[in-house]
Amino acid sequence: MGYERQADFGTPEVRSDTQVTCSIDGREVIVPVGTTVMRAAALTGGSIPKLCATDNLKQFGSCRLCLVEIDGMRGTPASCTTPVAEGMKVHTQTPHLQKLRKGVMELYISDHPLDCLTCSANNDCELQDQAAAVGLRDVRYGYEGENHLGAMPDISNPYFDFDPSKCIVCSRCVRACDEVQGTLALTIDGRGFGSKVSAGLASDSFLSSECVSCGACVQACPTATLQEKAVKEIGKPERAVVTTCAYCGVGCTFRAEMRGEQLVRMVPWKDGKANRGHSCVKGRFAWGYAQHQERILSPMIRESIDQPWREVSWEEALTYAAGQINRIRETYGRNALGGITSSRCTNEETFLVQKLIRAGFGTNNVDTCARVCHSPTGYGLKTTFGTSAGTQDFDSVEDSDVILVIGANPTDGHPVFASRMKRRLRQGARLIVIDPRRTDLVRSPHIAADYHLPLRPGTNVAILTAIAHVIVTESLANEAFIRERCDWDEYQHWAEFVSAERNSPEFLAPVIGVDPEAIRGAARLYATGGNGAIYYGLGVTEHSQGSSTVMAIANLAMATGNIGRRGVGVNPLRGQNNVQGACDMGSFPHELSGYRHVSDKATRDLFEAEWGVKIDPEPGLRIPNMLDAATDGQFKAIYIQGEDILQSDPDTKHVAAGLAAMECVIVHDLFLNETANYAHVFLPGSTFLEKNGTFTNAERRIQPVRKVMEPLNGYEDWQVTQELARAIGLDWNYTHPSEIMDEIARLTPTFTGVNYKRLDAEGSLQWPVNDKAPDGSPIMHIEGFVRGKGKFVVTDYVPTDERTGPRFPLLLTTGRILSQYNVGAQTRRTANVVWHEEDLLEIHPTDAENRGLKSGDWVKLASRSGETTLRALVTDRVAPGVVYTTFHHPATQANVVTTDYSDWATNCPEYKVTAVQITPSNGPTDWQEDYEAQATLSRRIVGHEGAMEPAE
Amino acid sequence: MSGHTVEKLAYMANQIARNLVHDDKPVMAVADHIVSFWTPRMIDMLIAQGSAGLDPVAVEAMARVADGRIPPPQTRATDPAVHGSDAG
Repeated sequence: MGYERQADFGTPEVRSDTQVTCSIDGREVIVPVGTTVMRAAALTGGSIPKLCATDNLKQFGSCRLCLVEIDGMRGTPASCTTPVAEGMKVHTQTPHLQKLRKGVMELYISDHPLDCLTCSANNDCELQDQAAAVGLRDVRYGYEGENHLGAMPDISNPYFDFDPSKCIVCSRCVRACDEVQGTLALTIDGRGFGSKVSAGLASDSFLSSECVSCGACVQACPTATLQEKAVKEIGKPERAVVTTCAYCGVGCTFRAEMRGEQLVRMVPWKDGKANRGHSCVKGRFAWGYAQHQERILSPMIRESIDQPWREVSWEEALTYAAGQINRIRETYGRNALGGITSSRCTNEETFLVQKLIRAGFGTNNVDTCARVCHSPTGYGLKTTFGTSAGTQDFDSVEDSDVILVIGANPTDGHPVFASRMKRRLRQGARLIVIDPRRTDLVRSPHIAADYHLPLRPGTNVAILTAIAHVIVTESLANEAFIRERCDWDEYQHWAEFVSAERNSPEFLAPVIGVDPEAIRGAARLYATGGNGAIYYGLGVTEHSQGSSTVMAIANLAMATGNIGRRGVGVNPLRGQNNVQGACDMGSFPHELSGYRHVSDKATRDLFEAEWGVKIDPEPGLRIPNMLDAATDGQFKAIYIQGEDILQSDPDTKHVAAGLAAMECVIVHDLFLNETANYAHVFLPGSTFLEKNGTFTNAERRIQPVRKVMEPLNGYEDWQVTQELARAIGLDWNYTHPSEIMDEIARLTPTFTGVNYKRLDAEGSLQWPVNDKAPDGSPIMHIEGFVRGKGKFVVTDYVPTDERTGPRFPLLLTTGRILSQYNVGAQTRRTANVVWHEEDLLEIHPTDAENRGLKSGDWVKLASRSGETTLRALVTDRVAPGVVYTTFHHPATQANVVTTDYSDWATNCPEYKVTAVQITPSNGPTDWQEDYEAQATLSRRIVGHEGAMEPAE
Repeated sequence: MSGHTVEKLAYMANQIARNLVHDDKPVMAVADHIVSFWTPRMIDMLIAQGSAGLDPVAVEAMARVADGRIPPPQTRATDPAVHGSDAG
């Protein structure tokens, strides 16, 4: 598409079954009751002048530009605040209105610079458009009087400027911050002529204020007052492509606005069904990594990791890689090979990688980074509900009455969905937060959790069982629902188990570390407060009982009847953009696409007929098993696409030992990541801006990813995988990812109705999309569980073997922060570092005082696995005995200290519980120094000796 | 064969056993789980090291697996009838 602003209907859409008919300038229109005159006029193709109205904000009625005349009504009401009535006759363009509007506009322009030709918003400015629309030709008042034209801009934010000299005080930015983002960082300071937009206190700049840089204010601004720096530097975009963000599992739809091959800005797309026109600092602004100087664009090879890299042609790199793969297969057998698919790449790319491993390498040794995040979700939900994904769409939260968040920090990890959740909470929904740490959601403007249960890390199953105990023993269970939809005998078995005294809040309180009355209160609220929805994240899954916790959550939802309609459900908040898709596409070693076990002959027959090869009926190795097998000398080669296991996986030393033991490590990535320190072949990757494909978000929503610019490295990632497949002798001839999706649809029962034509036409589809659900499935289990009855599973609390003791008396838990993403490979290469330039260790004041520590001090963080150093932040966000850090920076290497304990069912690592000791430190540990030395040596590239080495 | 890996496999088997102890048929549940998610080599390694360090339920389960008495699916997560379900 060319570049034009997305249609703005002025006021939000209204939902109603009752319709009313009115006439706008003689054009008849039927709209839901409650729709404003302004919106109705826009729906007829008309355009009433406006400045303070925009359709993602509630009507405000301040600019007085949208006045209309209505037969039978006195005066000239504002169309943005006047609802349509049956039979209403509206006149939007009359001489009287024109005079009024021109007068209003004249006042605005009398205090606005007339530098339109050189203004960065020239020809992309609503004020300019509306001045034209009302026919303003001169300003009678002159510019000599008091004005704001000399107001100084605030350029503190790295991505956008605030120029108050151009502000018309329409309050759109303030309302966007309030209503859309829910941070309430902005306000109108002063009164009358002195009114001005202010971020935080008068002493604050945008950067120092509570602003989270989501961009909602910039998007809302009708002038150049709040505008992206990139537009100022580059100019107005000339074309635009709608695509899907590649950061978290929310899956926001953006419009990439381009000038030539240069990305000017990413603007959230209002028709995006996951984000509904909102964004966060990462998706909106942090895309500079795509053209970062450290990106590797030439393939490279080396015989051993102590050698420098040698840049080679694609042909030489692929031939070398294929030669190594074939040699190792012939020498050690096919099971010495394996691969890892990426949750950051597209469905089509992920599908091809697992196909390459299974059909080309001849082994099921394929896994994905979901192993280390949501694999317990798949196991737990499949066991209880018969399905392996979340039950709701994001819109569902609009109907929730009680929201229970456990082990998730959505304002940092899933910020755009968090804004929607917060909007519902501000409307009055009740909130329960179960988290060792006081996350921002616990208390934020106009939101206070009814219950924050700061449990000890590792006691999720205990607290959920205690909640179940209250629900059952206080007769709060929804027996009618259970009898109709679940296995009654299994329920009784479970109910008997949870009712035991040893599962009561009082009995378990010493273990959990939470007041039993608070647990009882939370249980009563969830069971009786109306529509109850559970949202959870990696604080649930990344434990030795991750799968049990998921099943305990499912038990609670079934016991209270909170399944199968809007407002309820069990909602895993997926970490990465396509982690749902990577799982769907058959990335796990025991499953083909659609979660069908490799032992199932009928499924294998289907794939064997399509692919023309035999598929091994036995499960392959999971990532940690691959590393174990490597150190045993049994696993020799790996192809890793878009995944940095050395930084992201637990027990770094073990990962390094496993990689070092392999004869051929092929890394396919954007940067020389940490894993590449141990690689022999580096294949440059392409960014999400450079490829076509699809991502599937946390609501099972399959969304198009569209090529915005040509790949700097020359190939989209699916093409690189195809070339590698050809190099080892496979006859692959895909010409477009749509052909790969067609193959997925042929082979996967949940995807039979998915194709690119439909995705282009409908924007997105939520699987299952098949004969039973031709239009997809926003909410699952509506009439009953899709596979028989809901199954209650007894989840006995089994304490982790990672215990505190005299040497390691504190519990470390880990998480992420808003401005950084995962291992930080992308966000650390953007200006987002101004908000978070290093990982910090949060420690309670009592624990800090005992160790003589204050904020900013260097501390040594030591566990049974290893030790590292970082700086301390003393805060009561964490409870005494608990410390917390993020894992965004390789210099910290938080995973040096995490252990190899993992979930009993899926081997998802227990990142969230590590017994540690904190002591003062005066510098890096030996490990950190050795690591840095090895990394520096490993990143040398022949011919680039003088240049700064690309560093991760 | 690595001692470390075998120790880890024994630990995993015990962990599975501890978490499936409330199942109707815990031995069969453990055997089913291991056969469904472990590679043949991992299973062979654990069988080869014998019952040392294994919990009783895990010992019985591994004996079943070693004898080829593979149980039918014990949960929906391992049930072929659920494979190919219209919702994954």
